[in-house]
Amino acid sequence: MNTLSEQSHPTHRHLIGIEGMTKPEIAALLDLGDDYLQRYRDDAPIDKVLTDRTQINLFFEDSTRTRTSFELAGKRLGANVINMSVASSSIKKGETLIDTAMTLNAMRPSALVVRHNASGAAALLAQKVSCSVINAGDGSHEHPTQALLDALTIRRRKGRIEGQVVAICGDILHSRVARSNIHLLNTMGARVRVVAPPTLMPPFAEHLGVSVHHDMREGIAGADIVMMLRLQTERMHGAYVPSTSEYFRFYGLDAEKLAHAKGDALIMHPGPMNRGVEIDTVIADDIDRSAIQDQVETGVAIRMACLDALCNDIARGTL
Amino acid sequence: MSAQSRTAYINARLIDPVAGTDSLGSVLTIGDKIWAAGPDAFNEDDHDNTDIVDCQGKCLSPGFIDMHVFLGESLEATTRAAAAGGVTTVIIQPDMDPVLDQVSLVDYIKRQARDAVVRVRPMAAATKGMDGVEMAEIGLLKTAGAVAFTDSRQAIQKAQVMRRILTYATAHDALIVQHAEDGDLADGGVMNEGEVSTRLGLPGIPAEAEVMMIERDLHLVAMTGGRYHAAMVTTAKGVDAIRRAKADGMKVSCGTAPPYFALNELAVGDYRTFARLSPPLRTEDDRRAVIAGLADGTIDVIVSAHDPHSEDEKRLPFSFAAPGVVGLETMLPMIMELALGDHVPLTRLIHALTVAPASLLGLSGGSLAKGAPADLTIFDPNISYKITPDNFASSAKNSPFDGRPAQGRVLKTIVAGKPVFAAKGW
Repeated sequence: MNTLSEQSHPTHRHLIGIEGMTKPEIAALLDLGDDYLQRYRDDAPIDKVLTDRTQINLFFEDSTRTRTSFELAGKRLGANVINMSVASSSIKKGETLIDTAMTLNAMRPSALVVRHNASGAAALLAQKVSCSVINAGDGSHEHPTQALLDALTIRRRKGRIEGQVVAICGDILHSRVARSNIHLLNTMGARVRVVAPPTLMPPFAEHLGVSVHHDMREGIAGADIVMMLRLQTERMHGAYVPSTSEYFRFYGLDAEKLAHAKGDALIMHPGPMNRGVEIDTVIADDIDRSAIQDQVETGVAIRMACLDALCNDIARGTL
Repeated sequence: MSAQSRTAYINARLIDPVAGTDSLGSVLTIGDKIWAAGPDAFNEDDHDNTDIVDCQGKCLSPGFIDMHVFLGESLEATTRAAAAGGVTTVIIQPDMDPVLDQVSLVDYIKRQARDAVVRVRPMAAATKGMDGVEMAEIGLLKTAGAVAFTDSRQAIQKAQVMRRILTYATAHDALIVQHAEDGDLADGGVMNEGEVSTRLGLPGIPAEAEVMMIERDLHLVAMTGGRYHAAMVTTAKGVDAIRRAKADGMKVSCGTAPPYFALNELAVGDYRTFARLSPPLRTEDDRRAVIAGLADGTIDVIVSAHDPHSEDEKRLPFSFAAPGVVGLETMLPMIMELALGDHVPLTRLIHALTVAPASLLGLSGGSLAKGAPADLTIFDPNISYKITPDNFASSAKNSPFDGRPAQGRVLKTIVAGKPVFAAKGW
């Protein structure tokens, strides 16, 4: 262990998951993200609060949008951003995840943004390194910045999160986005439903404080928000659904099913979308109904907020 | 010449698992055999030519026989850890490199074991290379000294293969030990399937994987008359299946290991890889059922499932970490938890560590009877301390009980009449 840098950075906070975060903590991050989003839209000056700081994006899984979003967030705050992806990393040479992280740690970054296909990988790194770790997705566990950006998107479009009926639809079993969103939306007082074929519903899902639905029309009836998840074919070890066309017929979001939600229901998707598998193209591109483009823009702002809050150890609100 | 040496262990609380008694008395050993045990085993007049060990009222039982030990470290370190844990016979699992599936490898283990401080006997693979397809040379291996046959961490998945092994084994009265887990249902799983696995986003192994394999095997046992032992039963459903089979008069047996009665799935907590086991830690209800199974004798045997792993194999994301924990040196405090906290009689627990494995495997140890090997364990059932893996004799420290307050410690371990481990002051 690098005791020297531990001493020079006595405490570090991490963003590993939403589970366990309090309502004021979440609200403070959303406020800060909202502020950054507004400044950016208004062309207002943004303090380079991460000047001379290093942010390393350590991605063991392919990702374009999340990595780019974190990169842009860091750069807008003035950080030196370094991207490490699995193809160029030493993991391929037999070095372990911990060794890689310790090597990068010795370069004294302020933040390590990590994505890994194993649940718990971010938590493991956080125990070993002496900088802040931000989980950019670990296996099927959590993807906290996605849930935060979704929450900010909902708050901006709907005015509030509390009391909203949110239907999360699709591959709940493998989805870290679903888990983070369930924890966050429940904490913030929304009513969460999950909709999936029984094979893609995790065991004891109802213990997470959600209502469980296998019929999509019933699941999205009267919903304020319809959040679609990607059918994660790369995570499927076996046949969870018979075919993508059968899946679309029963769980794909089309105009007919959407008619069961509230008239002004907002449609969200964390991307990348499988058009024609879980969402109809016409709906995905309907700018009045779809918040999908908003989510991308909000994502950069919320990641700025997370980087700022963690790296500068700031005390805004109760954060 | 050592055959003439006489040692009397006096003032002992004798735990006799065969008689089921727990009473004050002495044990007299002559050479490598027990001569007498009981209240009148030692006559004060014989003082002159006898070494006296005053047990000071501490417990004395037959040496523990651990029928599930992986050779993940040197035999020297393994047997030192065994001695420190009161284990006088270790049964090595065939899951080594190369797989223990040939007579020459049984001979090799026997040769290596000559210098070991405790007795070492191997189980051999049930199928060649533990491939689950071709039957190993059960007759030759048994003649060479293999005490039972198992594919170790791998279940014998194919029903036809299992059927033939059980059938063939009847000719040699060989015990077949099964890792009772349906591989298809368990495929990809890394912990118990339930709310905790859902929260952690880890793929789960349902309890049904265990009971389905046990029930399939029970049908095959009924067909073939083979001798069958489920290595580690961890679920309420699995315990029930064995209990029913025994009630129906079937001659089957099963074991379990301390993690399954001392811990539940919550020990995985924040992806603690030291709590990754195969089979996985189960629910609290399952844990209670395992204790009930031990109390009523449904579960015959307690094993350590000692499985040393280096830091490198454990300092990984949970799904990538090797399953398995060290356990030789924590068996006694864990069974004392049951004796003191759950009121399972100590004689019953010691039975599961001594005479039960001895009779399953055809070994002569495990009792205090005259003529039995002078393999003894002296332990203090009350002393309390914190479990500290750094103090283990084992070179591996992957214990899920690190820091756990414990009660009960081995004071002295005797193999063939000679002390092989002694705590400070003993």
